[in-house]
Amino acid sequence: MLYDDGENSTARRTLTASARLLRRLHLDGPLLAALAAVVAFGLFVLFSATGENLPMWTSQLERLALAIVALVLLAQVPPAWLKRVSPILYGAGVLLLLAVMVHGDVGKGAQRWLVLGPLRFQPSELMKLGVPMMCAWYLHDRPLPPSLRDATVVLGIIALPALIIAKQPDLGTALLIGSAGILVVFLAGLSTVVIIAGLTLLGGAVPVAWHFMHDYQRQRVLMFLDPSQDPLGAGYHSIQSQIAIGSGGMFGKGWMNGSQAQLEFLPERSTDFIFAVIGEELGLLGQLFLVGLYLTVIGRALYMASEAQDTYARLVCGSFALTFFVYVFVNTGMVSGILPVVGVPLPLVSYGGTAMVTLMASFGVLMSLNRHRKLIGS
Amino acid sequence: MPRSVRIKDHWGEQRLFIGRTLFAGIAAVVLLLFVVGRLFWLQVVRHDYFTDLSQGNRVRLEPLPPDRGLIYDRNGVVIAENTPAFQLELTPEQVTNVGDTLRRLAAIGLVESDQVPALERLIRAARKFEAVPLRLSLSDADIATFAVRQFEFPGVEIQTRLARWYPYGDIAAHALGYVAAISEDDLKHINADEYAGSSVIGKLGLENTYEEQLHGTAGFRQVLVNAQGRHVDRLGSAPVKLDTRQPRAGNDIFLGLDIKVQRVAEESLHGRRGALIAIDPTTGDVVALASVPSFDPNKFTRGISTPEYATLRDDLDRPLFNRALRGAYPPGSTVKPMMALAGLEYNAIDPRATRFCRGYFTLPGSSRHYRDWKKDGHGTVDMRRAIATSCDVYFYGLADLLGIERVHAAMSALGFGKNTGIDIVGERPGLMPSAEWKRQTYKQAWYPGETVIVGIGQGYMLATPLQLAHAVAVIAARGHGFRPRLVTAVRDATTREVQTLPPVAEPAIALADPGNWQVVIEGMQMVTEAGGTAAAVQRGASYKIAAKTGTAQVFSLGQNEKYNASAVDERLRDHALFIAFAPAEAPKLAIAVLVENGGHGGSVAAPMARRVFDAFLLGKYDAAPLPLPPKGAPPEPQVN
Repeated sequence: MLYDDGENSTARRTLTASARLLRRLHLDGPLLAALAAVVAFGLFVLFSATGENLPMWTSQLERLALAIVALVLLAQVPPAWLKRVSPILYGAGVLLLLAVMVHGDVGKGAQRWLVLGPLRFQPSELMKLGVPMMCAWYLHDRPLPPSLRDATVVLGIIALPALIIAKQPDLGTALLIGSAGILVVFLAGLSTVVIIAGLTLLGGAVPVAWHFMHDYQRQRVLMFLDPSQDPLGAGYHSIQSQIAIGSGGMFGKGWMNGSQAQLEFLPERSTDFIFAVIGEELGLLGQLFLVGLYLTVIGRALYMASEAQDTYARLVCGSFALTFFVYVFVNTGMVSGILPVVGVPLPLVSYGGTAMVTLMASFGVLMSLNRHRKLIGS
Repeated sequence: MPRSVRIKDHWGEQRLFIGRTLFAGIAAVVLLLFVVGRLFWLQVVRHDYFTDLSQGNRVRLEPLPPDRGLIYDRNGVVIAENTPAFQLELTPEQVTNVGDTLRRLAAIGLVESDQVPALERLIRAARKFEAVPLRLSLSDADIATFAVRQFEFPGVEIQTRLARWYPYGDIAAHALGYVAAISEDDLKHINADEYAGSSVIGKLGLENTYEEQLHGTAGFRQVLVNAQGRHVDRLGSAPVKLDTRQPRAGNDIFLGLDIKVQRVAEESLHGRRGALIAIDPTTGDVVALASVPSFDPNKFTRGISTPEYATLRDDLDRPLFNRALRGAYPPGSTVKPMMALAGLEYNAIDPRATRFCRGYFTLPGSSRHYRDWKKDGHGTVDMRRAIATSCDVYFYGLADLLGIERVHAAMSALGFGKNTGIDIVGERPGLMPSAEWKRQTYKQAWYPGETVIVGIGQGYMLATPLQLAHAVAVIAARGHGFRPRLVTAVRDATTREVQTLPPVAEPAIALADPGNWQVVIEGMQMVTEAGGTAAAVQRGASYKIAAKTGTAQVFSLGQNEKYNASAVDERLRDHALFIAFAPAEAPKLAIAVLVENGGHGGSVAAPMARRVFDAFLLGKYDAAPLPLPPKGAPPEPQVN
């Protein structure tokens, strides 16, 4: 401020003012900017992917507003309080999941919704925050790397809700929650020997998992192994999305000009398969641009995690950052045909509210844990 | 691993965490590079291939519909087969404006204009890449009309398909049922994969009940087509592997029905309204199941027009109504042998005990006269005589002796008041009343007078002709009944192996004294002897017929009114009924005949049964044959 020359002082003052506002609100500027870029790009694509459906577009906008409110509010919560509330959040989540199992609303053949008065929500979404926070809470005052005993307890903490959700059946969410928890253990430094042993065990568990799967889930796995087996039924999604992406080429057919998407050959074009619309209409460049934005978000979030000062904050932040990556990888992998079709949306872009709100909430928590660190002082 | 007390090492933990984070970050980048590599493969390397696929040059699956299974009669005569027909089809994904296309087709008379909205809904419900049939059969003139304008209708084409053909026309139509275009409703409960390429589905009768056997499984063939639906043989520069899966034809079914006997039965009933069912009492096989008037199922198969359907539906004689299974009629005097059986079984009466019939019956303490059909009475009759002469007074008294509960129990054991379980859908249970039933239905007590009239098959009691045929078959088999059935064997389409279905025995009716069957059967034999109500039916026959006539009132007469057939409206006249089996000593066929408003059972219904017995037992098919539809020729165009 001392060498302020007056000429561009207004601009500089605005900048400092907004930086101060961000700091006061415990928000992280670079992460917020990267998220905003993803969201803006998503809204742009969604308008085309819904077939210029304005009501759908505005309802997405409303949910976005709600998600931003959730982010900002959670960023204000003191980290110590977040830490203390973790087991309560987890416990309540498990109870709600059980409630859904007993009398939940059935939507699209799966039991996921709980109706509380005017509210209708999925407790499994709550667990996307609850599970990693609980795992981190359990590990934060224990010596790290975690002993085998501690790791086993944490695995139990993860498995309980993940199995309930997989049984609903919602394989996508179970996968996300499971990986969020396991990432905590990984980040806590679980020994590589144990990890390799665990992976081997997991391989042995495949037949067991097969036994518990619903028919449609089995069909999806089988179809992934050989999509040509059922080109009209289960393989239809995968084949159509690859046609859409492949026909887009380097530069795409142009916004709102994708024949596969606009003529509805592409199923679920505005939700799980929206990445194929990007491929068809905006081409490889459009997809690379979005992947780049995602990498920025993930990179910044991981950096913030490494900056965090206590174990709890580090583990939670790291898990959230990497879970976001899992979203991106599973969705783009399934749309491009290298992973089986599981119901995981493209984060912050796919139409549909709950995932957007949960993701933004997780970034709110991340910012709170990170941006309060100077106040903790220690 | 050494076990030691560990304390938190904050710097160590942070270093560990940063190491893991770095590893995870690198792994994330590598995994996303895989995705990017895949995208590069799809969008750059294979771009031309996918461009061709997306720009209309795509692999289309052409469903190969299975051949529907054939239906044979008991002598191996084909009574439902498949013949080629030309049909008009529309492929939704190749038509930009479906509504407009349909209206233009209606304008040149290829579809009916009042069917356009229904077709539009059907097309919307169908899969985009599968052809939807618009008209099931086209005449030469239709084909010519379309051929010169085909260019105006991209996505609409004429296809040769096998269509169902019933060579015997309306004969046995109520047993066979028919197939017709798959409707919106059908689409909701069928597996779309199995019906890919099929344009029809069984709607009634055997075609409906045995749909799963008859239909088979669809196959498919991959073909390359361009945006206009034209076949092309190459995709971009790359050769494409095309798959074919052959369809699996439907299974053939074999019936116990004899089409020649069936024809005699329908010819006998011709010009009247009624039903005739003939059952083999040793197996339950239905030899004839006639409901007259009938309809030509070929009309439905090839797409019935709205006015044609309206004519059938609104016909006063109700040709679409299956009287054999669904018509519930008062059984009249045909119940008397069964009432006699109940009286014997409950020890309510001695068969030799006589009763004097003076032309009417009164309940003790009542002055109401229950009249006999014979005004002056039958005089002194025992049980056999009462059956032979159809003495009402005897059975009024017997019913009163038994009481409604025992009557209900005995008649239920013979199958009244419940479905027989025949293997085609739509059967009605009729009504076998009881005090309990009346309390529940009318909230009223049962009166003794109501039992009296049930004794001669009037009052609340209603039975279907099928139930009567089944009951008489049970009597013929002396209690060893079988569930009535049409299908006796199924031939697997692939292995050509014939699987014979064993008859389904019902729990046998074990009488305390098996000799009671003999008493009743003797009474039924006397019906066709001199002095019996159907003596004429036995004349000239080389086998013995056991029978019972029935004449059921359609409306009630007042206490002092006299029934005058010529004075009452034709549709209020009595129903004529006849049940019989032959040969009496070793029964091979049991028959029930019902003629609506036909008058006397003995004179109207009995001769019909005789002709069917002659046909089945002696091979005498001298009935003047009804005209058959022209062999294999599709009917005239049905568009108005």
